[in-house]
Amino acid sequence: MSDPRPSTFLPALRQLTLSRMREFLREPEAVFWVFGFPVIMTLALGIAFRTRTEEPVRVAVDGGAGADAAAVRASLTAAGGFVLRDVPPPEIERALRDGLVQVVIVPGTPPTYRFDPARAESQVGRLAVDRALQRAAGRPDAFSPREDAVRAVGSRYIDWLVPGLLGMNIMGTGMWSTSFAIVTARTRKLLKRFAATPMPRGAYLLALVGSRLAFLVAEAVVLLGFAYVAFGVAVHGSLVALTVVCLLGALAFGGVALLVASRAKTIEGVSGLLNLVMLPMWVFSGVFFASSNFPEAMQPFVQALPLTALNDALRAVMNDGEALATLWRELAVMAGWGGVSFVAALKLFRWT
Amino acid sequence: MYGSAGRPRNAAHYNTVMSRQVALACRAVVKRFGDVTAVDGLDLDVARGECFGLLGPNGAGKTTTIEMLEGLQAPDAGEVEVLGLRWADSADALRPRLGIQLQETQLAEKLSVAETLELFGSFYPSGPGVDGLLALVGLEAKRDAWVGKLSGGQKQRLSVACALAGEPEVLFLDEPTTGLDPQSRLQLWDVLQRFKARGGTLLLTTHYMDEAATLCDRIGIVDKGKLIALGTPAALVQGLGTAHVIEIDLDGDAPAPSVEALAPLAGVVDARVEGRTIALGSSAIHETVPAVLGVLAAARVPMRELRTHSASLEDVFVSLTGRHLRDE
Ligand SMILES: Nc1ncnc2c1ncn2[C@@H]1O[C@H](COP(=O)(O)OP(=O)(O)O)[C@@H](O)[C@H]1O
Ligand SMILES: [Mg+2]
Repeated sequence: MSDPRPSTFLPALRQLTLSRMREFLREPEAVFWVFGFPVIMTLALGIAFRTRTEEPVRVAVDGGAGADAAAVRASLTAAGGFVLRDVPPPEIERALRDGLVQVVIVPGTPPTYRFDPARAESQVGRLAVDRALQRAAGRPDAFSPREDAVRAVGSRYIDWLVPGLLGMNIMGTGMWSTSFAIVTARTRKLLKRFAATPMPRGAYLLALVGSRLAFLVAEAVVLLGFAYVAFGVAVHGSLVALTVVCLLGALAFGGVALLVASRAKTIEGVSGLLNLVMLPMWVFSGVFFASSNFPEAMQPFVQALPLTALNDALRAVMNDGEALATLWRELAVMAGWGGVSFVAALKLFRWT
Repeated sequence: MYGSAGRPRNAAHYNTVMSRQVALACRAVVKRFGDVTAVDGLDLDVARGECFGLLGPNGAGKTTTIEMLEGLQAPDAGEVEVLGLRWADSADALRPRLGIQLQETQLAEKLSVAETLELFGSFYPSGPGVDGLLALVGLEAKRDAWVGKLSGGQKQRLSVACALAGEPEVLFLDEPTTGLDPQSRLQLWDVLQRFKARGGTLLLTTHYMDEAATLCDRIGIVDKGKLIALGTPAALVQGLGTAHVIEIDLDGDAPAPSVEALAPLAGVVDARVEGRTIALGSSAIHETVPAVLGVLAAARVPMRELRTHSASLEDVFVSLTGRHLRDE
C-alpha cells in the first residue's frame, strides 16, 4: 500500500537521538562511568605495567637450618640479583601460591626447584636460580651475550595495552548504556507508549545506536589523550582510519546491545545476559594478552568475535600505522555483527 | 480542528453509512490470560463525536478492552474495528489518527516538558506543535521544567498532551485521573471537555462514577470482563427506580430487621442488609424514613447513624453486582 503521508522517519530519528543524548548528559553517574572510568583504569594499568628495571628474584630455601641450605644461600648471595625470604617451613606452599616467592629450593644432591610453571615469573625465577647454582657448582658459560632492553616508545606493553583498553571500552559502554536505556524504557512502559504512536520503529533503534557515536568520539579522545599525556602512547596510523575503526566497532556493539536487550524485562535480567555475552570477549579477544595465545583449534571462534576484530584493527592502526585497506577482514567482521544483530533485534524486539 | 479533512482514507471507509458514524466497535471480544478471562464476550459501539466511559472496579477488564481497541493487544476471539478499519491490515493507517494515553506510562524524567512534546510531535505528519499543545493543556508555565519535577496532575496533563500531538480523531484515556487531587481532576476534565467540543471521539475508563457522569455521553458498566449495563448516566440512574438511597448503621447487637420486613415499607424499591448496615433504595424518601424508623423502634434496635444520598452510578453498580465499585 503506498503511503501519501509525509514520512516522519527523519524528524523522528532526529528527535529520538537528541532525547537520548540529553537524557544521557543529564545523568551524572552515567557520564562518569563512560568518561571517568576508562581514564582511571588506564592510569591503574599503566602504573602496574610501567617499564621497570630488572627486579631481583624472590626465593625461599626449604629446610633452612642445615649445612646444604647454608651453601645454597651463600651461592645465591654471591651471584646477586636474589632476595632470600625467611619463610617458616609450614608456610612455604602458601608463599609460593601467593607470589611472595617465585621459587622454593629444597637443598640436596641434586637440589629440587619447586615452582609454578603456569606463572611466567615463577619460570623466570627457576631459570635464574638454576643458572646461579650451576655456575656456583663450576659450570662455565659458553659465551656472554650482549643485551638490548626494549624501552623504545611504541613497542612497550602499555603501547600494546591501550588500544585493547579502548576496544574494551567501546564494547562496555556501548553495551551497558544502550541496553539499560532500552530496559528502563520498557519497565516504565515508555516503549509501549511509543509503540502506540506511528513512530517508525527502526528509527527508535537507530537513534539508540546513533546517539552512541557522538559520545564515542568524546570517549576515545579522552582515553587516548590521557594515554598520550600520561604514558606517551601515540597513534602511528591516520586519525581517519582510527575514527572509522572506532565507529564501526561502536556500530557492531550497538547492534549486539539492541539484540541482547530486545526481550529482557528487568535490569537484573539484562545485566546477566550482558555479562554472559561480554565475558568470552574479555577473555579471548586480546585485551590484556594476545589472542594468538589460544590454541589453533580455537582461533576461528576467537577471530570471529567482534572485540577481537576491533582490537586487532585498533592495534594495526595505532601501533603499526596500517591503512584501512589492509584491515578489510576486521572491518567486515564488525559490520557483519552490527548489521545482522540490528535486523534480528528489529524482528525480536518486545515493545510491551 | 479535529476533523479529518485532507487525510487519506481507505476506500473501505466509505463502504457503508454505518462505518462512517461508528468510531469504535467490539463484537463478542474475548481475551484470556491463562485461567483468567479478562474480557468475556464484550460488545460495544461508540459513535463519532461521542464521549464513552467504561466504568468498573479494578480488574474488571477495562485496560484490556481499551488496549485491544488501541491495537496493543490482540483479542483471542471476536472482532475489533476502529474508524471502520481493522488492526490486522490497517495498523499503519490507523496509528496517526489515534491519540493514546496508557495507564502506567512514566515519561522520561530528565527531559523537559517542551522536549517531550517535540519528541511525540515528530512521530506525526501534522499537529498543533509544542506551543499549541502547551496551550491545550494549560502547561505553558512548565515549558522548560523537567518531567520529573512535575506534580501528578501536571504529569497527567502532559501525558494527555502527548496523546493530542497528532491531532487525533479518537482519544483513548485509561484512568486519566486516578490518584489525582480534586483540583487536578477538574483541570483535566476541562481539557477533555474542550477536545469533545471540537468534535473528537473520546473513550475513557474510570472507576470514579462522578467522572463518568460529568464527562460521558454514554457509559458502559463492566464487571468481570462483561458489559453489565449501558446507557446515558441519567438513564442508568433512572433505571434503578430509586431517587434516593438510605443507609442506616445499627448499634448494639440486637438482630437487624430482615429484608422481608423492610421491602414492603412505603417507597422502598430495593432493600439490603449487609452486616450491621441497612441499605434501602427509595422512590419517596419522606415516606420511607419514618416507616423504617418505626420498624427499628418497634424491634428496639438502636441506631448509630442514618445517611441519605441521591441515587448515583455507584448505586447502579451495587444493585447490579451486590458489590461496591471501589472495594479494593
Ligand atoms: N498481561 C496480563 N497477564 C495476566 N493477567 C492479566 C494481564 N493483564 C490483565 N490481566 C488480568 O485480567 C484482568 C483484567 O485486568 P485489567 O484489564 O487490567 O482490568 P482493569 O483495567 O479494569 O483494572 C485482571 O484479573 C488482571 O489481573
Ligand atoms: Mg486498568
